[in-house]
Amino acid sequence: MLLIKNLRASVEGKEILKGINLEVKAGEVHAIMGPNGSGKSTLASVLAGREIFQVTEGKVSYFGKDLLEMSPEERASEGIFLGFQYPIEIPGVSMVNFMKTAVNEQRKHKGLDPISSSDFLKLMREKKELVELDAALANRSVNEGFSGGEKKRNEIFQMAMLEPKLSILDETDSGLDIDALRIVANGVNKLKTAENATIVITHYQRLLDYIIPDYVHVLNNGKIIKSGGKELAFELEEKGYDWLKNDSDK
Amino acid sequence: MEKDQDKILNEVTQGEYKYGFVSDIESESIPKGLNEDVVRLISQKKNEPEFMLEFRLKAFRHWQTMKMPQWAHLIVPKINYQDIIYYSAPKQKVLLDSLDDVDPELRATFDKLGIPLDEQKHLSGVAVDAVMDSVSVKTTFKENLAELGIIFCSFSEAVQEHPDLVKKYMGSVVPYTDNYFASLNSAVFSDGSFCFIPKSVRCPMELSTYFRINAANTGQFERTLIVAEDDSYVSYLEGCTAPRRDENQLHAAIVEIVANRNAEVKYSTVQNWYPGDKNGKGGIYNFVTKRGKCAGENSKISWTQVETGSAITWKYPSCILLGNNSIGEFYSVAVTNNHQQADTGTKMIHIGKNTKSIIVSKGISAGFSNNSYRGLVKVVKNATNARNFSQCDSLLLGDKCGAHTYPYIEVDNKDSIVEHEATTSKIGEDQIFYCNQRGIKTEDAIGLIVNGYAKEVLNKLPMEFAVEAQKLLQISLEGSVG
Ligand SMILES: Nc1ncnc2c1ncn2[C@@H]1O[C@H](COP(=O)(O)OP(=O)(O)OP(=O)(O)O)[C@@H](O)[C@H]1O
Ligand SMILES: [Mg+2]
Repeated sequence: MLLIKNLRASVEGKEILKGINLEVKAGEVHAIMGPNGSGKSTLASVLAGREIFQVTEGKVSYFGKDLLEMSPEERASEGIFLGFQYPIEIPGVSMVNFMKTAVNEQRKHKGLDPISSSDFLKLMREKKELVELDAALANRSVNEGFSGGEKKRNEIFQMAMLEPKLSILDETDSGLDIDALRIVANGVNKLKTAENATIVITHYQRLLDYIIPDYVHVLNNGKIIKSGGKELAFELEEKGYDWLKNDSDK
Repeated sequence: MEKDQDKILNEVTQGEYKYGFVSDIESESIPKGLNEDVVRLISQKKNEPEFMLEFRLKAFRHWQTMKMPQWAHLIVPKINYQDIIYYSAPKQKVLLDSLDDVDPELRATFDKLGIPLDEQKHLSGVAVDAVMDSVSVKTTFKENLAELGIIFCSFSEAVQEHPDLVKKYMGSVVPYTDNYFASLNSAVFSDGSFCFIPKSVRCPMELSTYFRINAANTGQFERTLIVAEDDSYVSYLEGCTAPRRDENQLHAAIVEIVANRNAEVKYSTVQNWYPGDKNGKGGIYNFVTKRGKCAGENSKISWTQVETGSAITWKYPSCILLGNNSIGEFYSVAVTNNHQQADTGTKMIHIGKNTKSIIVSKGISAGFSNNSYRGLVKVVKNATNARNFSQCDSLLLGDKCGAHTYPYIEVDNKDSIVEHEATTSKIGEDQIFYCNQRGIKTEDAIGLIVNGYAKEVLNKLPMEFAVEAQKLLQISLEGSVG
């Protein structure tokens, strides 16, 4: 589904990603871990097409297409979803209006007519239940005044609404209380099918108890320095990153 | 990062004006230029009674002693008043008995603008007075309204049919000496709408005037007078467009509103005059005086404006709160893009006791434009217990535009409370990206964000027009993000 080859990217002249290689197949869950500032969010942003990052080298293909050629909204319409580490507030724009616009854009892309109001409300209700999102939140402006945890839950709600093929969840677990973590993880698991894939970026092994990864990658200083199965996460929890850094320096 | 912003900015600011077409309508114009003879000629063309001519001449003589005001934050190129045609009328019978008498090309023009003159086809619940260049073309639903005693007709007709009302109220809110453009208008105005709501009548439909400038080199000077008698109610909407032309055209209008005891008047404007092209060539100069007088106790006047057009806007819809417990409201969204300039706001003059006013102003600037809010809240000595709340927000798209706020507060009464809040914000690249990531195109994202920002004001518009206004906001900003 996704094939990243020797991806390099920089921001304001500073190189952040220094040759990333990664393959994600349908049905898989990949976890990306790594120290603060190692480039995890940058990788997520580059995949989603944020223009402030310049790709200087490498290729990314998505279902055989050149992902880097596509605009952010095209990528979204083609099924890429980014759960933001820091979701953005949009004052005055109601969640209902925002999601309706998003859903209809996606439908337009698929050649479908806009969704009827009643179908839309039904869909909202269904998905709200899935992530146990407080009904009142859906009537407020996008993320405005939401608590940290509410914002994260709202990201998963949007993911549920849009049913992406490739979800990139950037530290969706941080800021969630224990119950919320379970609910959000369950939501992600329920949305999982053999056709879609998930990349979870996290600092904590705990999340991976709920969302079981097929692969765990360690990103350090813009490169994947180690990949392994889910047991790698336990090792990291125990030993930290230093042993790997030294390892890669050798 | 700079470069990306510029790119997005450019993409969103290149919107096209959709009403720029010119209709091929034969019109009758008088020669260019302004002097007493021209004023007399206009009055004569309109077959006006003596008091009207006197009013015009007094205004003209006063205007000659005046200078154009310089205090606004605007750069106004010198206007040659001798180079303007002061009267131009589509050639047709003066009074229309039925729609069949309307020139088909004229009908087609208004159809194209989405303002059908055919009552069958019209939005239910809206009566329209259509004004092209200097004259009123057709007023719909007049008979239905007349059954309730409501007078809704062109100003010219009112002068003929209801001279006493015109004489009593014209100039009672905006005297002919008021300001440079008001004096000019008083001297040369050609038509406009007149509306009278009798005692205890709630006007059952929206009344609306649609102004269209068609002829070249022509100034449009119309005058609207709305009188709401005791315990009456009316909601009024004004819309306007003009063809795309390279030279600037002057529009200097006057709107006067009188609200008597317990009366309520809602006046909404969706102003969409041609703004000029993206390099700032052409466009309408919109220099307008709008004022309402809450003459009676418990009366209420509410101005709602969505200003998207014009090359230059100079406009301060105001309320004189004379009656005790009277209420004045001003809700405004002003958009400037490309090289547009707007200096707009309101004046709330508290004279009666327990008077209240609320001001909500939302400025949106994009491109190289300049957008200023200028507002005066004045509370006189005897206006005990007056209250005002003002909220002035500015939203910037890009970093080449300007937003300015000039609040003037003059309070001479100790028991009054005047509050002013102001914010400035930008549409962030992060907000746009967040929308993009959900599949929403940049243009639509801006539409969403801008409409969200202006919601409080848009919600005040009558339903049908709120939808139009939303679309218009988005179109005005097409091509402009940061
Ligand atoms: N817009 C930007 N301008 C300048 N530097 C940036 C920008 N975005 C990211 N960086 C830098 O890039 C590096 C990688 O940041 P990134 O957010 O990708 O890290 P991360 O791995 O997600 O960290 P964390 O675990 O703290 O979320 C950091 O040094 C950061 O300061
Ligand atoms: Mg991060």
